[in-house]
Amino acid sequence: MIRVEDLNVSFGHGAAAVHAVRGISFHVAAGESFGLVGESGSGKSTVLRALSGLNPDWSGQLAVAGQTLGRRRDKAFYKQVQMVFQDPYGSLHPRHTIDRILAEPIAIHGMDEADRRISRALDEVGLGPQFRYRYPHQLSGGQRQRVAVARALILEPKILLLDEPTSALDVSVQAEVLNLLRRLKAERDLTYILVSHNLAVVAHMCGRLAVMNHGAVVEEMSVAQLRAREPAHPYTQQLLTASLGYDRAAIDRFEDFTATA
Amino acid sequence: MTQNPLLAVEDLRVDFATPKGLVEAVRGVSFSLGREKLGIVGESGSGKSVTGRAILRLVRPPGRVRAKKLEFDGTDLLGIDERAMRQIRGRHISMVMQDPKFSLNPVMTVGQQIAEAYRINGKGARRETKRRALEMLEAVRIRDPERVYRAYPHEVSGGMGQRIMIAMMLIPDPDLLIADEPTSALDVTVQLQVLAILDDLVTQRGMGLIFISHDLNLVASFCDRVLIMYGGQVLEVCDAKRLNEAKHPYTRGLLNCLPRIEAGSSADLPVLRRDPAWLDQGV
Repeated sequence: MIRVEDLNVSFGHGAAAVHAVRGISFHVAAGESFGLVGESGSGKSTVLRALSGLNPDWSGQLAVAGQTLGRRRDKAFYKQVQMVFQDPYGSLHPRHTIDRILAEPIAIHGMDEADRRISRALDEVGLGPQFRYRYPHQLSGGQRQRVAVARALILEPKILLLDEPTSALDVSVQAEVLNLLRRLKAERDLTYILVSHNLAVVAHMCGRLAVMNHGAVVEEMSVAQLRAREPAHPYTQQLLTASLGYDRAAIDRFEDFTATA
Repeated sequence: MTQNPLLAVEDLRVDFATPKGLVEAVRGVSFSLGREKLGIVGESGSGKSVTGRAILRLVRPPGRVRAKKLEFDGTDLLGIDERAMRQIRGRHISMVMQDPKFSLNPVMTVGQQIAEAYRINGKGARRETKRRALEMLEAVRIRDPERVYRAYPHEVSGGMGQRIMIAMMLIPDPDLLIADEPTSALDVTVQLQVLAILDDLVTQRGMGLIFISHDLNLVASFCDRVLIMYGGQVLEVCDAKRLNEAKHPYTRGLLNCLPRIEAGSSADLPVLRRDPAWLDQGV
């Protein structure tokens, strides 16, 4: 469904250039959930932004549903691929009502039955009709993230790109949003790429994952391997140890992987 | 430890008069702290940050702080004047705030700010101050301390800003450090390395630490004791090592709704159902 071959992304020119993504490749089958894990600056979000067309400065090959992607994407692409961002406070227009936020993609794509689609989308993400004419500031973080999911799904895409969708939320709200995402995936046969720094969230949501460090994929593995605590690469092992909680003795053995990647 | 606590808090209440009525952010919190790591855990809005700020008398009007007792090392913190309070802030109790963007002075270099924090101890020649500041930056794992020393806050990343704040708060050698989500913007490995520095200060120098966080797993593995806050009250106090045996349904609910690496991913995560009665179950 999604094919990424030798993707490179750099920012800036000459000596100031930052090589954010260094020749990474991966495939995601239809109906699969694929996790991209890494620490800040590892390039995981940049991969998502290149794939979604938000960042045109990339080289390599990207393909979605058998179609090679260019730098510019047409409407048909966006009807197929939608994205949910990390910050539910920054990703909704503060002066638009939820109704207007959800109506915009429908208008852009010239779809019919806007009214019915909006009320259905709200219903599907567990928000009642009473939320329809509210503004984002009248909603909690979890409710806003539900609106962001509704906006992404209203075009009935096949692929959802999720960039840290729950890292700004309290754990009890995170559980609700993760359950929602899993239910929607099963109902609509969606394909997910989930970017997260949280190994437990990826283990819960995905079947396979790639671990990124310093712009490169250090390891690709199944979640079963992660659960069995059998990562092959020392960087992944360290990430896994760190995710399991505070352990004074283990911390002294931590290595610095940023320079060696 | 219980006879002579570093900090004693009894029936702490903080409320804010707003146009829509009185908001009670903290409703009767009591605890005492020795030379240990005490975690305060809760979701957003539970009153955990306001509790931390109230101890340092950083709650501004219309906020109002009351307590039967708020005593630090024998000093009544609510009874002393602002001048005496300034002697305590930084030197004896310091606080690492959550967001470095709003807590660092944007028009002073990092080095100047750390040096200022060091000089409140009243000592130190200029060269000595700089040496200590660079040492402290290195201790919080900043790789190029000389560059960061000369940089302005907007020139460093959020994670680095957080580490700079920690360096600044530790340099006056406080007896008590209140850390409000001090590591939430850091990557897991760096987060643990910074916690290890705080841990060593507690065990080696006998500093007291109040660690405010929403991360149950981290608090359970890092702290000695944990207070669970909900709706401005402490619902439960337990040994950090035994957080998994916590009894209150709220604590249990929070623990259960965390995804786990080991668990099978077939089932949905349990969702927390809130009981209005919890609002009146403070201990």
